[in-house]
Amino acid sequence: MVFLFYFLSAIMVISALLVVFSKSPINNVIYLIICFIAMAGHYILLNAQFLAVVHIIVYTGAIMVLFLFVIMLLNLNKAIIPQKSAAARILAVVTGGLFFLVLIAATRQTFVITPRYAFTSEIGLVANVGKTLFHEFLLPFEISSVLFISAMVGAVMFGKRDHSVGDD
Amino acid sequence: MDWTLYIYKTIFLFIILLVTLVVAMYSTYGERKVAAFMQDRRGPNRAGPFGLLQPLADGVKMFMKEEIIPLSANRVLFILGPSIAMTTALLTGVVIPWGGNLTIGGREFSMQIADLNIGILYVFAMVSIGVYGIMIGGWASNNKYALYGSIRAASQMISYELAMGMAIVALVITTGSLSLHEIVQQQHGMHWNVFYQPLGFLLFLTCAFAETNRAPFDLPECETELVGGYHTEYSSMKLGFYLFAEYINMFISSAVIATVYFGGYNMPFIDQLGLSPNALTLLGTAFFFMKIFFFIFLFMWVRWTLPRFRYDQLMNLGWKGLIPLAMFNIVATGVYYYFFELT
Repeated sequence: MVFLFYFLSAIMVISALLVVFSKSPINNVIYLIICFIAMAGHYILLNAQFLAVVHIIVYTGAIMVLFLFVIMLLNLNKAIIPQKSAAARILAVVTGGLFFLVLIAATRQTFVITPRYAFTSEIGLVANVGKTLFHEFLLPFEISSVLFISAMVGAVMFGKRDHSVGDD
Repeated sequence: MDWTLYIYKTIFLFIILLVTLVVAMYSTYGERKVAAFMQDRRGPNRAGPFGLLQPLADGVKMFMKEEIIPLSANRVLFILGPSIAMTTALLTGVVIPWGGNLTIGGREFSMQIADLNIGILYVFAMVSIGVYGIMIGGWASNNKYALYGSIRAASQMISYELAMGMAIVALVITTGSLSLHEIVQQQHGMHWNVFYQPLGFLLFLTCAFAETNRAPFDLPECETELVGGYHTEYSSMKLGFYLFAEYINMFISSAVIATVYFGGYNMPFIDQLGLSPNALTLLGTAFFFMKIFFFIFLFMWVRWTLPRFRYDQLMNLGWKGLIPLAMFNIVATGVYYYFFELT
């Protein structure tokens, strides 16, 4: 188990770094897919099978397909990154790092986690996840689903041609 | 460490792998024979008796052909495409319960490699990863027809995955379990899910046709418009892998349909036969394979009966036909179980 953990972690870290450093967008997407699959492996090591499979179905199987889709349709074979001067780059790194530092300092206390339930190896199984989700967290669950629907409707509305202008 | 179990599982894994490959191989033969029968021809009859060695001859031919990788193609991804298609196709067979329990030397062994408690979702996960094989292969070929084919395949598979998932949601309401083993056990004694979920079954079947890129939904390799679709640039065994993956997918989806809707390895009157448990298990497996072969035949039957859809018809059917029906099915099942069968 420990070996598997380090193995998966190594895959994840290396592929995540390659996502950032690789030049061609299509390779970035493929490394990200590898990273996600390794992450699903981590979930399985934690005995959260449901989360692992949903992670593969939703992130690897749907969202990354859409990423790949866009890259293929736009034919972004070479990365088009605007070139900045060295001074601007260094400044960007410094400000980004400072911002990150402030963020960590501000939210450090909120990350002190007290587990709501005592840990059991069964906690990630689908029956337990479902029961918790539909009993205790029913309202947030439903609200988030309404949020998703509204986002989808919004996207459809943006995509529709505006007929009120009346050009054709 | 339970070595007997490991050894048994390893041997069983290899048997399943072999059976999958052989069935897929002979599906190509079966398809040509069925096509010939429907078109009043003889079909393959030169290699061996009744042309039974034809798949072997085809395999040898595929391996011996010259391998061409186009100069403008992305070499790594070009090879990765068919590999992904083949791997994901083979991975799905792991969760399917191929039979009941076998008793060997006083120990019980299950004829299923892994009984995941989310087995049916695992099948979906593998199906959704399978899209990459086609997408990456089509894109890496650097050919406009291949790209069109792979984009069609991807959008078709994403669209029909939704309706397929919704058909399964209604099924899960009836069974109350995501484990394929439990779903099969519940159907013992002719309580086949198809009688409880007829609409769900039809939706699932239609989506299975679309997911495996079979006619009438074989637009990704529509030869009248796209030459060869996503595998236009492929040759030799890499093309063979793509074609083979399609037949494996057909076999596995037939197995999944037989498992979740047609009782898996359950057969009628099995309790009245009075045979030993091992014989019953093997009989059940044989019956399961008969069901699978029927569905494979159905796939071929439909292919040689129905013409291909047009692309907009395909999308209309998926989004405006199947998804609303699947939603209706979920609501109807939910209402029924909420008001009439409080479990």
